[in-house]
Amino acid sequence: MSILNSKIPEGPLAEKWSKHKANIKVVSPANKRKLEVIVVGTGLGGASAAASLAELGYNVKAFCYQDSPRRAHSIAAQGGINAAKNYQNDNDSVFRLFYDTIKGGDYRAREANVYRLAEVSPNIIDQCVAQGVPFGREYGGLLANRSFGGVLVSRTFYARGQTGQQLLLGAYQALNRQISKGNVEMYSRHEMLDVVKIDGKARGIIARDLVSGEIKRYGAHAVVVATGGYGNVFFLSTNAMGSNGSAAWQCYKKGAFMANPCFVQIHPTCIPVHGDQQSKLTLMSESLRNDGRVWVPKKKEDAVKLQKGEIGPNDIPDEDRDFYLERRYPSYGNLVPRDVASRAAKERCDAGFGVNAEGKAVFLDFKYAIDRLGKDVIAARYGNLFQMYEKITDVDPYKNPMMIYPAIHYSMGGTWVDYNLMTSVPGLYSIGEANFSDHGANRLGASALMQGLADGYFVLPYTIGDYLADEIMTPKIDTNAPEFEEAEKEVTGRLEKLYNIKGSKSVDYFHKKLGQVMWDYVGMARNAEGLKKAIEMIKEIREDFWKDVKVPGDLDNLNPELEKAGRVADFLDIGELMARDALDRNESCGGHFREESATEEGEAKRNDEKFTYVSCWEYKGESEEPTLHKEDLVFENVKLTQRSYK
Amino acid sequence: MADKILKKLNIKVWRQKNASSKGKFETYTIENISTGSSFLEMMDILNNELIEKGIDPIAFDHDCREGICGTCSLYINGRPHGPDTEVTTCQLHMRKFKDGETITVEPWRAAAFPVIKDLIVDRTAFEKILQAGGFVSVNTGGVPDANTIPVAYEDAEESMDAAACIGCGACVAACKNSSAMLFVSAKVSHLAKLPQGQVEAKKRARNMVAKMDELGFGGCTNTGACEVECPKSISITNIARLNREYLVSRLSR
Amino acid sequence: MSKFLAASIGRKFLMSITGLFLVAFIAVHLTLNLLLIFDDSGELFNLGANFMATNPAIKIMEPLLGLGFLIHILWSFYLEFQNWKARPVKYDKKNMSGASSWASRNMLVLGALVMVFLIIHIINFFWVIKFDPHTMSTIVIGGEEMEDTYTLVADLFKGSVAYCFFYILGGLLLGFHLSHGFWSAFQTLGLNNKYWMKRWQAIGYAYAIIVAIGFAAIPLYFLVKF
Repeated sequence: MSILNSKIPEGPLAEKWSKHKANIKVVSPANKRKLEVIVVGTGLGGASAAASLAELGYNVKAFCYQDSPRRAHSIAAQGGINAAKNYQNDNDSVFRLFYDTIKGGDYRAREANVYRLAEVSPNIIDQCVAQGVPFGREYGGLLANRSFGGVLVSRTFYARGQTGQQLLLGAYQALNRQISKGNVEMYSRHEMLDVVKIDGKARGIIARDLVSGEIKRYGAHAVVVATGGYGNVFFLSTNAMGSNGSAAWQCYKKGAFMANPCFVQIHPTCIPVHGDQQSKLTLMSESLRNDGRVWVPKKKEDAVKLQKGEIGPNDIPDEDRDFYLERRYPSYGNLVPRDVASRAAKERCDAGFGVNAEGKAVFLDFKYAIDRLGKDVIAARYGNLFQMYEKITDVDPYKNPMMIYPAIHYSMGGTWVDYNLMTSVPGLYSIGEANFSDHGANRLGASALMQGLADGYFVLPYTIGDYLADEIMTPKIDTNAPEFEEAEKEVTGRLEKLYNIKGSKSVDYFHKKLGQVMWDYVGMARNAEGLKKAIEMIKEIREDFWKDVKVPGDLDNLNPELEKAGRVADFLDIGELMARDALDRNESCGGHFREESATEEGEAKRNDEKFTYVSCWEYKGESEEPTLHKEDLVFENVKLTQRSYK
Repeated sequence: MADKILKKLNIKVWRQKNASSKGKFETYTIENISTGSSFLEMMDILNNELIEKGIDPIAFDHDCREGICGTCSLYINGRPHGPDTEVTTCQLHMRKFKDGETITVEPWRAAAFPVIKDLIVDRTAFEKILQAGGFVSVNTGGVPDANTIPVAYEDAEESMDAAACIGCGACVAACKNSSAMLFVSAKVSHLAKLPQGQVEAKKRARNMVAKMDELGFGGCTNTGACEVECPKSISITNIARLNREYLVSRLSR
Repeated sequence: MSKFLAASIGRKFLMSITGLFLVAFIAVHLTLNLLLIFDDSGELFNLGANFMATNPAIKIMEPLLGLGFLIHILWSFYLEFQNWKARPVKYDKKNMSGASSWASRNMLVLGALVMVFLIIHIINFFWVIKFDPHTMSTIVIGGEEMEDTYTLVADLFKGSVAYCFFYILGGLLLGFHLSHGFWSAFQTLGLNNKYWMKRWQAIGYAYAIIVAIGFAAIPLYFLVKF
């Protein structure tokens, strides 16, 4: 028996969750009042969890680094949220949603978790509507659905192109209600810098008040981490500037395993990088690929002229355009899943057919759709996206094709959790994007919102009771305990260390350097040699960072550079672990593409015999290599097949 | 369409160490900025130069840089979110500026939004207003099926128009009275247009307005500046709805 | 009631109610005064003025009107002070012209100027008619003897170009004030939505233009004609 106990309930797939709920312990209302829970992060997962736990009667403390819980990056999700409602009568079902998600994740997720996700998905929509989320509707007044990539049914609910925003506002409203009732204490502009363990159990956190710089201790009977993904390890990504992996990383250092860290999603339709002044990439919704055709020039000389700006895209006749997705994947065409579309774009650009000055962009052309449907139809469908594109690039996408390029978007990997969403540290939970549980090696569109809310509204509030039921005799956590003292000292020491380096280079300098290494060697295509090289290079950057970084400002004042420094220090460690994990997984699956494991046509090739497991990394100390544990994935309800979109 | 280079810009910016200290303007010069850069990327570059020179970088609020989180909040050349329409500061690009120009950058100014540092203000007042009633009082679970109550298409759309508010505070910054009426009315309208939110609509309007007044925002004089400067074009007809809800609720008691 | 008036929307309610009351008064006042330019003999105007002076309903309305003016003016200073307090540190550079009309931002300035005009206007006519009637000549129209208000007005304008321009300016200021005030009152009362927004604004502009041109036309008429 491995030290990993996933606690997946026995019994048939469809009955696991109900049976489990029936078997787990419940805390009485009187006892809930005595128990405290800390929730870190207030995105869809965190806000919904904090609100739901407070409604149940627990005393909740919620933390976010933003100035308001409403600004968590869930807000930026555009497209929609999946739910197996079958409102369209198109033969959707819980099983079909489960199956699509497992298959979309390239068979690297747990069956039981994914099935539960599909099972609670209809409740999410009910809940959101009751909260006043203004979902899109039909003229008859009932909810509308749209279809999304990788599936055959219409099950995506949406609120224009701002679904994430509206769902987050729903959860935020519920959270506000509990704050006003005094059931949640909200700590905005606070960043968690460490988790505190007493007798092996998570008992609180150390957080920095970002305004005053004060380091404070907070105790609780359980700690929930809902701090999102670590995509910013690449410097340029679609994540928010402040999105970071630090909270999850502190958990890792305190004994929570990191699972599948190499699984990150690269979104194919982002606005390309221009020059070297850029700090952030902007996503253009996946829905654009419904009507846009992706192409690059057939002839190299045309590409060269485009790169030099000598000709424009409209100077290239149709017969000289290479619609490479339609050429390579005739059955799915421009609608192949994200990982496939991203790799295909990279392949063309690497071959020298990129269309912008940097040679790192492909065209997404609406000319054909406009010819076919008229400008008005296209404007009605994508008007706001076109406007956004024009604001950023100053190019009118009605007249010229958009330029797009893949960018880092989402982390499927994350903190390892069992079926109860508890990490390998008792009393420490991880939900939403921060955990690894539901998306395998590739996430389907409109599933991130579903998972965040499923965890926060309908899973954690049940499963946390199973743990807390045994804690009812534990008195209020004493933050004067030596463990808190120790943790605070550690945090203060680390901040002082960073601050006192007083080197010559800004934090961004190192972050950009790390990002470049990650993109080049741990990005869309990886190989053993490159990964080994990356590990060495990251080590060098880290060494340099701790010798030469310059953190201006004060320790006891609002100091964005100090915040960034701490996060980048952790990114350096996360990046190395990602490379290590990618090196171990010598197969291609989902967003993880190992050049050694490809078909003759260059498509991804899974190796189910050797790699049907979750890689779980255990921290062993600063100078030690982490230990890899493997949680074998057992598939009893689906048959593993090689994905094909030809 | 091709990006040009702005050879030199003067950035006149408000510097204030913390909430209690007195601030002042400083002017910095920055060179070779691409017109394709966003305003905040220009600020990033400026900050990195300041760090190199040993000057404390300029603190400003920002996060998603996609125009949706509502964090960024700069008053640029006399306008919230600067000289472009329907954008947040993070979506503002340098092509809106001329070479050699002096760009004045200030924080939101309002009694209810005290400056924390440099260009960062404390918008907790917005939180408090929403906590006073900007929600539907339902717990998780036990709610009816989502399709039980049909909602007219137009109502859902109008609700969504109001719900698009990102809570950035540009309305307050733009208003000559620092009034928060557009913000409050957006939330009141968002929920009042849906049957789920209608139940508590009157009480909500009363409580949120009371809180807004308590926090020191000014009154609305219907100049309409908030609507024009709102990055999401929230309409002032929402303010009319709020007035209506409030007056009916008050006068019927 | 005090609680209602302590709330920002309640305070605004009072402004818009008194404002609309004054809007109604202005309509009556303008209609009557336009009689000045349609009959050079002054008979029509004097008849109108006499009717207003003797009508018991108007007698009741008079103090109410005074109260309306008083509340509207004093309350506006109080509100402006409240609003001014909401931004203790001002902007260094403001560029508000694109986002809102000048009139909407300067209602207090416009209102104060209108008030100055009003005081002089009252001294010119109302005061004389009310408290100094023995200085006025009388006239007999249709067998009834009445004060010759027409001559009082006509003499002022005929005798002074400066007064003519002052009254033209007064009309224009009032017009500007109304260009924002009219629709704004309906907005404050909540009697507005996406359809009525444009309508109220159009009606408001039309009313403001009529008031401005109407009042300006009277001194202009005397200026040109005599």
